[in-house]
Amino acid sequence: MNALTPLEAETSIALGAPVDVTIDAVAKDFGDSPALFGVSLDVRAGELVALLGPSGSGKTTLLRILAGLEAPSAGRVLFGGEDALGLPVQDRNIGFVFQHYALFRHMTVFDNIAFGLTVRPRASRPAKAEIRRRVLHLLNLVQLTGLEKRYPTQLSGGQRQRVALARALAIEPRLLLLDEPFGALDAQVRKDLRRWLREIHDRTGHTTFFVTHDQEEALELADRVVVMSKGRIEQVGSADDIYDRPASPFVFSFIGESTLLPVVIEGGAVTFGGDPTGLDVNKTERREAVLGFRPHDVTLVEDDAPAIRGRIVATRRHGGRRRLELQVGPDHLRAEIDVEVGDEQPLGTLVGFRPQRWRIFPA
Amino acid sequence: MTDIAAPAPHHAARFQPAATERPAVRVLLTVVALAFLGLFLVLPLVSVFYEALSAGFGAFVKALGGRETASAIELTLLVAAISVPANLVFGLTASWAIAKFEFRGKSLLITLIDLPFSVSPVTAGLIYVLMFGAQGYLGPLLAEHGIKVIFAVPGIVLATIFVTFPFIARELIPIMQAQGTQDEEAALSLGASGWQTFFRVTLPNVKWALLYGVLLCNARAMGEFGAVSVVSGHIRGKTNTMPLQVEILYNEYMYRAAFAVASLLALLALVTLIVKSILEWRYADEIAATRRH
Repeated sequence: MNALTPLEAETSIALGAPVDVTIDAVAKDFGDSPALFGVSLDVRAGELVALLGPSGSGKTTLLRILAGLEAPSAGRVLFGGEDALGLPVQDRNIGFVFQHYALFRHMTVFDNIAFGLTVRPRASRPAKAEIRRRVLHLLNLVQLTGLEKRYPTQLSGGQRQRVALARALAIEPRLLLLDEPFGALDAQVRKDLRRWLREIHDRTGHTTFFVTHDQEEALELADRVVVMSKGRIEQVGSADDIYDRPASPFVFSFIGESTLLPVVIEGGAVTFGGDPTGLDVNKTERREAVLGFRPHDVTLVEDDAPAIRGRIVATRRHGGRRRLELQVGPDHLRAEIDVEVGDEQPLGTLVGFRPQRWRIFPA
Repeated sequence: MTDIAAPAPHHAARFQPAATERPAVRVLLTVVALAFLGLFLVLPLVSVFYEALSAGFGAFVKALGGRETASAIELTLLVAAISVPANLVFGLTASWAIAKFEFRGKSLLITLIDLPFSVSPVTAGLIYVLMFGAQGYLGPLLAEHGIKVIFAVPGIVLATIFVTFPFIARELIPIMQAQGTQDEEAALSLGASGWQTFFRVTLPNVKWALLYGVLLCNARAMGEFGAVSVVSGHIRGKTNTMPLQVEILYNEYMYRAAFAVASLLALLALVTLIVKSILEWRYADEIAATRRH
């Protein structure tokens, strides 16, 4: 693929005015199995939103409902304050980029991008010269100038992705929807394209939703991240919110590496397996809870001070540090901590540690 | 392959790729297959043309020029001209429904499409006699309105449609299923209407499979004997198709004429295969592209 260079300042593109999107208690059943349970979300015009979750979380279903490719069982969807569910997919004016691009195999790159313009009714169809001008302009925007006569099979994955994006932008959409836009690409291409998509978004200003299961992608690219699990929204927030203030154990464990341990809070102290951990909270009544911490947020406790203790069952190199896998507590639960290279000890050694940053969730 | 898999020289004698037979076995298998094909396919085909042309080209043309033979050729062309387009429409709609939608009774529909492959053509013909014949369920009603189906052209067309209807659907269903519905969804999201989506996306995506199906369907429609024989009534110059005409000529010891007509049918088969091969060779890239996704 050609290298992606930063967009030139004068590259601009005509577009449909971006709209606010209101998703109000949208539910979806497939036969007996519910895919979405009354999901609500407000998105401002021009916002770039990631729908993040594992497979089966309902994120793609939500995206397809916005596009009009699925009908919800209940709820409302408003574009710019107007009902969108009454509109068939053709009339929603949405740019949809499919996971496997769905480029038309028998058409050249040019014809693919021009498709949305050439299928318009005669009255609203641009003249041939105008269509050509717009297609070439979009090709320039996605940096594929000169490839307009190629067929999709003659392009690399990253190039196909950009043709699919140009094709979706050609209809001057009010809303841009991308389903796992980088899912089928190599890691390096993915990184380039991610940065570049952000630039395109900032340039064109579309309200944009993209679906991903890759947290890094979501946190890096989106203005706001919507974390979904099992048909529900777990949390909506900026990358910092999601990472530093996770709303649920699911979000905590899904975003970044983490260990979750069942603990008991007693007299303002957190105890694990009956032993004090050295962590304090300002709650006094006894209750069961879940303690969450990340491997890099712990310090080793050398002396007999209160700590979580466990035996080393495995070690591996992890970036610049070494990761220890420990068996902790009476139930032999698994916990992961990072230590400095050189601090390692033989397998089977009992080590104590205390999280420096940690969260307590209701059990 | 060799430059990747080549083992160190001193291992060469023992090295035996798992999926490769010994040379002797390879030669034996190839010879058996070729001998079998030669004996049962090529030899008969050659002898048909040899017999047909044994008295020279003039005699060949004369044998085809008979009034009854000419009418049989005409009828065969007419039957194919009706039944192939009918099955084209049926095959497209059935495979579209099967590949793109989920509905109750889908597997039953797939089984039904295969029925003509498993039912003897004679039985198929008899079913139509039972339905539309003079003693059949609908025969008297049709006779009242002066419509004759059995022992007439409509019956022949119906029987031919029945026998040939799996050909196009069977070619299309697997490729349409493999392609899924994303292309159509993409077209719709770009604002295309249902018809635009069908003619500009769905149809081009399956055009080669469709063409194969039509070629095979046409060859079978022109060559069908059993089902047509039951419903035709063998009225000379009126309800005889080419295969039926071959049989009549043969039974009447007019071997040269029989072989002349038979050679036309054989020619049809050859042309079908040649066109198919040319398409595959000429458009190999494009065909591969439409199958890939």
